[in-house]
Amino acid sequence: MPSFSSTTRALPALFRIGFAGAVAYRAEFLVWVLSTTMPLVMLALWSAVAREAPVGRFGQREFVAYFLATFIVRQLTSSWVSWQMNYEIRHGTLAVRLLRPVSPMIAYAAENLAAQPLRLVVAIPVAIVGLLTVGVTALPADPVIWLVWGMAMAGGWLITYLASFAIGSLAFFFESSIKAMDVWLTLYFIFSGYMIPVELFPPGVKAMASWLPFRYQVGFPVELMTGAHGRQEAFALLAAQWIWVALMGAAALLLWRRGLRSFGAYGG
Amino acid sequence: MKTLVRYARLFRVQIRTSALTLLQYRFDFFTEGCLEILWAATALVPLLVVFRYRSEVAGWSFGEALLVVGWFTLLQGILEGAINPSLTSVVEHIRKGTLDFVLLKPADAQFLVSTARFQPWRATNVVTALVIFAYAFHLLGRPPSAAGILGALLLLASSTLLLYSLWILTVSAAFYVVRIDNLTFLFASIFDAARWPSSVFRGFLSVVFTFVIPLALMTTYPALALLGKLGASSAVVAVAGSVVFAVLARAVWRGAIGRYTSASS
Repeated sequence: MPSFSSTTRALPALFRIGFAGAVAYRAEFLVWVLSTTMPLVMLALWSAVAREAPVGRFGQREFVAYFLATFIVRQLTSSWVSWQMNYEIRHGTLAVRLLRPVSPMIAYAAENLAAQPLRLVVAIPVAIVGLLTVGVTALPADPVIWLVWGMAMAGGWLITYLASFAIGSLAFFFESSIKAMDVWLTLYFIFSGYMIPVELFPPGVKAMASWLPFRYQVGFPVELMTGAHGRQEAFALLAAQWIWVALMGAAALLLWRRGLRSFGAYGG
Repeated sequence: MKTLVRYARLFRVQIRTSALTLLQYRFDFFTEGCLEILWAATALVPLLVVFRYRSEVAGWSFGEALLVVGWFTLLQGILEGAINPSLTSVVEHIRKGTLDFVLLKPADAQFLVSTARFQPWRATNVVTALVIFAYAFHLLGRPPSAAGILGALLLLASSTLLLYSLWILTVSAAFYVVRIDNLTFLFASIFDAARWPSSVFRGFLSVVFTFVIPLALMTTYPALALLGKLGASSAVVAVAGSVVFAVLARAVWRGAIGRYTSASS
């Protein structure tokens, strides 16, 4: 087990490597970013719905705020670790990673996080456009909500990363974990609030979405940004989110440790 | 005529090889089929939620909007079953420099790469689409007219041609910007906009979606044709447009392949 101090010493280098990687493949990176335009499509649909009269508390202006926020949150909480792991486990190149004195779980996280500055380059203009369209008044004024939002963003990223890591670890047991990731993504699209604000679901589905992890990946931070929750509600949801972070962390660790035992690094 | 026969025979050989490859992965048939149904659900869920609040969106009733989703499902099946697999392998060929082996063969390179790989299990999409159509017309309370079906089939052919041409254009870009293996993701996500009737996209988005990528033509026109609401002139423009696009794509492909420098040389 790599020690804590050696890991912290390696972190700056890992960040530099991750950032250099993201910059080197910037064309590919841009394609990735462009392929997350679904919130804009959903924005078009929902604002067509709200053209004559508002839906719930959503008028056209609220939908613009909601889906631009969704775009930003998805950008900043995404992780491609499951595809990366699937590739490295199948090709045996994971062996190289295992030789390094840093836990791959930390190394992957650092690499994924290191691309965040590049994502900000995309997210900030969208945020500016959003603010110009809907005005600053659409944002919550309470600083406590913004504090909760900061933690919710961290929690959202952690759930996404840990879940991807757990699913990526499935590649140890099966030929490929891509299919499992596809299923996860499908459920994520439906229940996270990415396509439909969770509060617009029928009551039964809404309750289910609050029990599933997906809402805490995207929907919850977005709801905070668009002022859907008071303090009380925000705290309760934050607690639920971090329970999911803990559960996903446990699942990721368990699958990783189990899987590693059967890893043979063929040809690596 | 002789070349036509030759290419028809070549086509049969290509199909047989990809079928043989697929028989090795029979289990995938089931998992892919199940996934397909899940994906179709992602297209239906927003529709169901939206129509909880309105009986009509952008001039489309639930039944009518379902028809658009049906065409979307069908075209997605064609895209992922017949177009995507072949053309993704082109990107791989370009990266590895193995396109040489394709270019050396005494047949048209575009034909060879376009027919290299098929995924017959995407036929599940066709079945899903037919179920959606049936349900939509059940809701509308009337069957489509014979002329409507004929028009819709014609438009299906032109939409397929258009999708294929768009893909050829995208793949041609791979000759210039080498490392773009996630092109499929980009393409699929842009195609996602075709889930909804084109009248949903007004204002800024309308300009992007109707002119840059002729989405309206691909799913909304066939749906309108089935409903008997599409004028003959729009249909002619749609078909002519897709032919122009195909010619353009062919020209771009030839230009791009001229720039190909094998990786090993």
